[in-house]
Amino acid sequence: MPTIVIDEDRCKGCQLCTTVCPKDLVTMAENFNAKGYHPAKLEDPEGECTGCTMCALMCPDVAITVYR
Amino acid sequence: MPEGEVVFARPAALEDTPTHYCPGCTHGIIHRLIGEVIDELGIREITVGIAPVGCAVLAYHYFNFDTVEAAHGRAPAVATGIKRVSPENVVFTYQGDGDLAAIGTAEIVHAANRGENITVVFVNNAVFGMTGGQMAPTTLPGQVTTSTPTGRDVKVDGYPVKVAEILAQTTGAAYIARRTVTQPKYVRSCKKAIKTAFKTQLAGLGFALVEVLSTCSTNWGMSPMEALRWLDENMIPYYPLGDYKVIDEVKALP
Amino acid sequence: MAKVLMKGNEAIAEAAIRAGCDGYFGYPITPQTELLEYMSRRMPELGRAFVQGESEIASINMVLGAAAAGKRAMTSSSSPGVSLKQEGISFLAGNELPAVIVNIMRGGPGLGNVQPSQSDYFQATKGGGHGDYFPIVLAPSTVQEAIDFTILAFELADKYRNPAMILGDGSIGQIMEPVELPEVESKPPDKPWAVTGCKGREKNIIRSLYLLAGPLEARNVILQKKYREIEANEQRHAEFMLEGAEMVIVAYGTTGRVAQTAITRARDEGMPVGLFRPITLYPYPKDAISSLVEQARVFLVLEMSAGQMLEDVELAVKGTVPVEFQGWLGGRVPTPSEVTQTIKEIRTKYLK
Repeated sequence: MPTIVIDEDRCKGCQLCTTVCPKDLVTMAENFNAKGYHPAKLEDPEGECTGCTMCALMCPDVAITVYR
Repeated sequence: MPEGEVVFARPAALEDTPTHYCPGCTHGIIHRLIGEVIDELGIREITVGIAPVGCAVLAYHYFNFDTVEAAHGRAPAVATGIKRVSPENVVFTYQGDGDLAAIGTAEIVHAANRGENITVVFVNNAVFGMTGGQMAPTTLPGQVTTSTPTGRDVKVDGYPVKVAEILAQTTGAAYIARRTVTQPKYVRSCKKAIKTAFKTQLAGLGFALVEVLSTCSTNWGMSPMEALRWLDENMIPYYPLGDYKVIDEVKALP
Repeated sequence: MAKVLMKGNEAIAEAAIRAGCDGYFGYPITPQTELLEYMSRRMPELGRAFVQGESEIASINMVLGAAAAGKRAMTSSSSPGVSLKQEGISFLAGNELPAVIVNIMRGGPGLGNVQPSQSDYFQATKGGGHGDYFPIVLAPSTVQEAIDFTILAFELADKYRNPAMILGDGSIGQIMEPVELPEVESKPPDKPWAVTGCKGREKNIIRSLYLLAGPLEARNVILQKKYREIEANEQRHAEFMLEGAEMVIVAYGTTGRVAQTAITRARDEGMPVGLFRPITLYPYPKDAISSLVEQARVFLVLEMSAGQMLEDVELAVKGTVPVEFQGWLGGRVPTPSEVTQTIKEIRTKYLK
């Protein structure tokens, strides 16, 4: 099943990944990571992620790995 | 670990080291694209990168291949020296707008005009980032910076330098293009251009440069998202995306 | 070996080729341009790199690139051009890259003129760019020495991973003399630090940036240790008629040659005078000068400058013996008669 894994501690909370998800599955978490940022998180209870890589393409910190 | 095939991950040509760049800085995207291209062309073990002075000065910590740090603006001369004595290496420079378009104009123009067989990734974010957001040669008319507090006055400061257009006029250049990375479609197009620029060198066709419009949200005083929009709305009209010079031999590249 | 008649500039170029110079990068400026012209013809013949850069700044940075790639690299210029190269020389030193820089000095400051001068001594020997560093500086006084020292400069540069400079004046560059061109046996050492592509090893980084105080200090301590080693091992000088000399003339390069003629005449007239001619200007042969204070009653420093090396002599003598000076400032080579006259005056003042 396609999905993404966000390396939470690499994330700087820039939000660039959040606006490009065609399914709006990537949002910012409430918690802080080790760097002190709110990291991006995937919320995909219905398994809608297609592994399209849009979010990863926009990530300046190579924090997103995409599986398909 | 999820099941399935990994279709997107850090390229081998990029270290696992977290970068010092500000949140949302598009240097990170451009670094990754270079890493992906170098992986796909299988040239990591023969590549030598030249880091500039500016925010990308620490690029040698992030690229996973041999690198040299150049003095401010001199990267094309350093690359020339390496390439002339070691033509078997793939040599590229990574330069910002202060580095390339201000102090390094002589070096870049003459490297291009010699048809030096090197690749240049030129990151234009319209500001001196590392020193805290002063006017760059590429700062837009009216743009407020820490050294143009009332906005760039073209009567005093002159006009923004259009690097891709200028270098496309040099007879020696083989491939000159301008791209950006503010949207996924632009990121894909930018990667393709960077790949062409490396292939140009591998085919021995001469000088290749990709200008990449980039954000500097910190010094622009915006959020990373606002910076992407500001770039699309303000920089692209002044610096249109496109191919500025593609010689026939480059067009014919597989 | 048969001697050939060669101009200094061309002899340096040929010596560099024999020393295995892989890349030459330069920019025209009088009075060293024949060096660049010679290289433009010979380097391509040998399949080696020659680039006439767009400036001295570009040329020294091309040298830096070629040196970083592990190759023997060289540039040449004259005083105003060498001022422009100082940024690159500082980076070479900071990056610990070996390279050879030739300065065929002309009169200054500013554009000055194109006549022989020695007024770049401070710039050459005290680290002309920013930061705590020293290039190794060799001062030839004949065309033969220009050849021999060029080869030595490549070897010392490689040995210490440091820029090395040939500091000649316009006269050395322009005169023609019969010389022997040696076959160079020495090979460059292995350079595992060079950027050649990381196949089969960890990546190499060549840099001089150390953002934190601790690492930069540690880096500088390593560099300073190297300079102390150079100072301990590489001081070189020549002596002429020093035996019994109560007056020691200190002069280098062309001025040293002129002094030699003047000393020969003075000795014929019974005056106890001899010559100490520094060959390495950095490291300065201060130990040998210091030991001469036992014998000398007065030192006379001669330079085609307002008195730059003079300071190093004074430092070595440490006030124990008077140090006199005569300088020529217009880009003019002194005549032996002028020097003989000065010798007489100083003798009257101190030795009678």
